[in-house]
Amino acid sequence: MRGLINYFSGMFNGIISLVKGMGVTGKYFFTSPVTIVTQQYPENRKTLEMFDAFKGEVTMPHNENNEHKCTACNICQINCPNGSIEVVSKDVVNEEGKKKKELDKHHYNIGMCSFCGLCIKTCPSNALAWGQEFEHAMFTRNKFVKTLNNEGSKLIQKKGVE
Amino acid sequence: MEFNIYDFTSFTKWIDESLNAAMSPFWVMITEMAIIGVAILAFYALVGLFLVYAERKVCAFMQNRVGPNRVGPFGIFQTIADLLKLLMKELVYIKNADKLLFNIAPFIVITASFLAIAAIPFAKGLHAIDFNIGIFYVVAVSSLGVIGILLAGWSSNSKYSLIGAMRSGAQIVSYELSVGLSLITMVILSGSMQLSTIVEAQANGWFIFTGHIPAIIAFVIYMIAATAETNRGPFDLAEAESELTAGFHTEYSGIRFAFFFLAEYMNMFIVASIAATIFWGGWMPFHVPGWEGFNTVMDYIPPFIWYIGKTAVIIFIMMLFKWTFPRLRIDQLLTLEWKYLLPINLFNVVLMAFIVLMGWHW
Repeated sequence: MRGLINYFSGMFNGIISLVKGMGVTGKYFFTSPVTIVTQQYPENRKTLEMFDAFKGEVTMPHNENNEHKCTACNICQINCPNGSIEVVSKDVVNEEGKKKKELDKHHYNIGMCSFCGLCIKTCPSNALAWGQEFEHAMFTRNKFVKTLNNEGSKLIQKKGVE
Repeated sequence: MEFNIYDFTSFTKWIDESLNAAMSPFWVMITEMAIIGVAILAFYALVGLFLVYAERKVCAFMQNRVGPNRVGPFGIFQTIADLLKLLMKELVYIKNADKLLFNIAPFIVITASFLAIAAIPFAKGLHAIDFNIGIFYVVAVSSLGVIGILLAGWSSNSKYSLIGAMRSGAQIVSYELSVGLSLITMVILSGSMQLSTIVEAQANGWFIFTGHIPAIIAFVIYMIAATAETNRGPFDLAEAESELTAGFHTEYSGIRFAFFFLAEYMNMFIVASIAATIFWGGWMPFHVPGWEGFNTVMDYIPPFIWYIGKTAVIIFIMMLFKWTFPRLRIDQLLTLEWKYLLPINLFNVVLMAFIVLMGWHW
């Protein structure tokens, strides 16, 4: 008797849950133009905004005075598993006559980058960040190598540190 | 000649008579067979292409996507583009495959669905062969397709194909029983196996209404078993892509793959039209006894439209199954058939026989 009750209750519960599932998909079908979540990419290119968490490319943010935070410590270059980062530094003599290392060029080869984010994670001065640009296709390979710091940019001088 | 969209009998008769006037009976038969063959072939290709498009669109809407929308307006030419691509693809020959069986298998699958489509009444008088055992013929012939699937799996010399084919075999052997028994339930109600008689008998109300509860149970069981028989929806373990890459048609390429694909969709169309014919009255308009005005309004809609509409609704239900439910395991599949559908079905046959005996069915 118990088995019989289980048999029928299992069957009816199953049917109810199946109908519920069909209700969900059926609802989506009949309200479909409203609920569509996918975007049609080449058409919406002008209005497309990527999400903050999207890993498009490695960038180096600059402030309005064309200053970045990179101290040319080389940690990103050491941590990069693919060798896609090359930090070129230069020695600058400041007004006190001291030699000081400064960033000359931060080369980033996006063609070799696997977007693992180790450079951004390990940067001690948070000089690197993810950018949302994703259209990286190029016709020649050497265009993949980008210089992240702007022309004539400088390190942000923090007050009271030196 | 008079062409009447509500009754094709005079039209087909006119073709027959004018052919008879021109040539000997033997050649008349050959010509008529050729005409019907070409007509069915054209219909087959058209419906197959449309169903592939419809499935992709329906699936997309259920998953909140847009679906094919690049080739032509709303992507309606997408399947034609796909077909052209498949036609131009190389036919890959498999090492150590059984060449003869490998080449024959897609044709067996497609022939089985071809044979079945001949017995379906599309409209009044638009009916290739009207057997007096129509249902029996359709059930027998549509299960021939599994031979092609088994041959494809066996001759491909691939473990994926063989496992897929064996699963398909187990599935069809089990579910053929449910299809047969649910149709027998309706045969008890109609008292005939001839499809034209069955449609005529539903003039005063479709069987799903006049047959009370057993007819509804039989309809539900038929829908489940028919979905399983066409290797679709939650019962697609024969081609479970996550386990078997593509099942029995893993090794097929180009147009031979397209044959399997097309046959799958045509089988869906055939089981849907059988369901529409036997449960929902085929091309018969929706009539309520006593409502004369309503019935005449319904009669204005041509029978072919009724037939296509009902079939489309049933196909939509089958697509809803496919895109809602997760795939069953092989043991769950057999449990569903042998522990649930079969006992319920046997009980249902008895119930229907009782109702018919008591005369409660009108």
